[in-house]
Amino acid sequence: MSPSRTGATALRVLRQLRHDPRTVVLLLAVPCVLQVLVHELFRDRPQVFQSLGVPLLGLFPFVAMFIVTSITMLRERVSGTLERLLTTPIARSDLLVGYGVAFAVVAAAQATLVSLVSFGLLGLESDYRVAVVALAIANAVLGMSLGLFASAFARTEFQAVQFMPAFVLPQILLCGLLVPRDEMAGWLQALSALLPLTYAYDALARLASDDLGARFRLDVAVVLGATVLALVLGAATLRRRTP
Amino acid sequence: MDATIAIRGLTVVRGGREVLHGVDLEIAPGRVTGLLGPSGSGKTTLMRSIVGAQVVAGGSVEVLGLPAGSPALRARVGYQTQAPSVYVDLTVAENLACFAAIVDVGRARVEQTLATVGLAGHERRLAGTLSGGELARLSLAAALLNGPDVLVLDEPTVGLDPVLRRSLWQTFHALADAGTTVLVSSHVMDEAERCDDLLLLREGRVLAAGTPDELRAGTRAANLGAAFLALVDKAEERS
Repeated sequence: MSPSRTGATALRVLRQLRHDPRTVVLLLAVPCVLQVLVHELFRDRPQVFQSLGVPLLGLFPFVAMFIVTSITMLRERVSGTLERLLTTPIARSDLLVGYGVAFAVVAAAQATLVSLVSFGLLGLESDYRVAVVALAIANAVLGMSLGLFASAFARTEFQAVQFMPAFVLPQILLCGLLVPRDEMAGWLQALSALLPLTYAYDALARLASDDLGARFRLDVAVVLGATVLALVLGAATLRRRTP
Repeated sequence: MDATIAIRGLTVVRGGREVLHGVDLEIAPGRVTGLLGPSGSGKTTLMRSIVGAQVVAGGSVEVLGLPAGSPALRARVGYQTQAPSVYVDLTVAENLACFAAIVDVGRARVEQTLATVGLAGHERRLAGTLSGGELARLSLAAALLNGPDVLVLDEPTVGLDPVLRRSLWQTFHALADAGTTVLVSSHVMDEAERCDDLLLLREGRVLAAGTPDELRAGTRAANLGAAFLALVDKAEERS
């Protein structure tokens, strides 16, 4: 791995985004608008927003980065730039970490903005605002790693877009956000224990309810571990030789 | 002198179909070798095998004495894919800055390369707004950046105007004179005259190899297009 090649990859991905201001505005504005919608939806039951606000804030970047990465990576595969890159001295880890750094920067901007709106304007309360943003960034990198891995199984952009409902929606349904996990059927609980977003949600929910025990630390460790695992699997899909 | 590229019995299967059938060939150093053949003859597959991007079913491919795709070769081989493989959502300068950082060359080299491909003055344009020919030249520039020992160029002159084509061929020869081994594919027969050596590929087999003069003399044809047809006829008589 080389810092200059990793840096060049991160800079390149950020420059690509900069040339697409509409995507940047959507990435930054949509989570804020959704958060406002949730706030308005539970206007008469502010305690619901208090319990949903923090987890949502931390999960938006996961979803956004999953989609952005799977499409960006698919474009690299289809356009031939990936094939070209893989004939150069660049290491696969330079590519993956470069992507990770670039999308972590975007996620940081996204999470900071949503947290300003949530904590500043919508009256969301938390003693751990910095930790919430930090977890949001970790979730974004997790989403990116999964997106990168998923993109290897898409041949077209239509397929890549369908991976969002296929890979992400089940994780959102089962993570405990809609129905607490201990109220789920046994097999659903077992299934959700295998999905990384369950731990990301649990960590955020524990931040919201000020419950930072051993379980919280385990959650964070699982999120980080799943990210590394997805990156390793993603690296395995970046073949220098293809059929 | 030892061949820069030596291929023995190369067999490649793509999509369940054998597209290269035990190809043997050698490419001499410091020369411009043309890989000529109709589309679908296996040119791109052969080039991908040389740069180590192709899964091969059998045979050996050696480049500069090393197995194709060896890590040590990645800094010494430049590859231009057939479709321009650059980032259309970046400017010309940003594209080359990215590739320059990967192959570890500086600004001066980027400017020199831009001049070589005739894109100086276009640095701030978005690659997506370039014409087809300009985009192809940007893609070529990315392959030239690190001054590789071996250049593998897949149809670099397709769709370019004649003046530009001539200047690119001059560039290829200048690079070869400086010691670079240049392999250029084309499906246009009139480009064959511009090469030092020729490899004629058809249906996954090498039909003939030699200098343009040798191929013309061997078939007593007036031009290389006619020589190619004569070789095809001869091959079909044999089979």
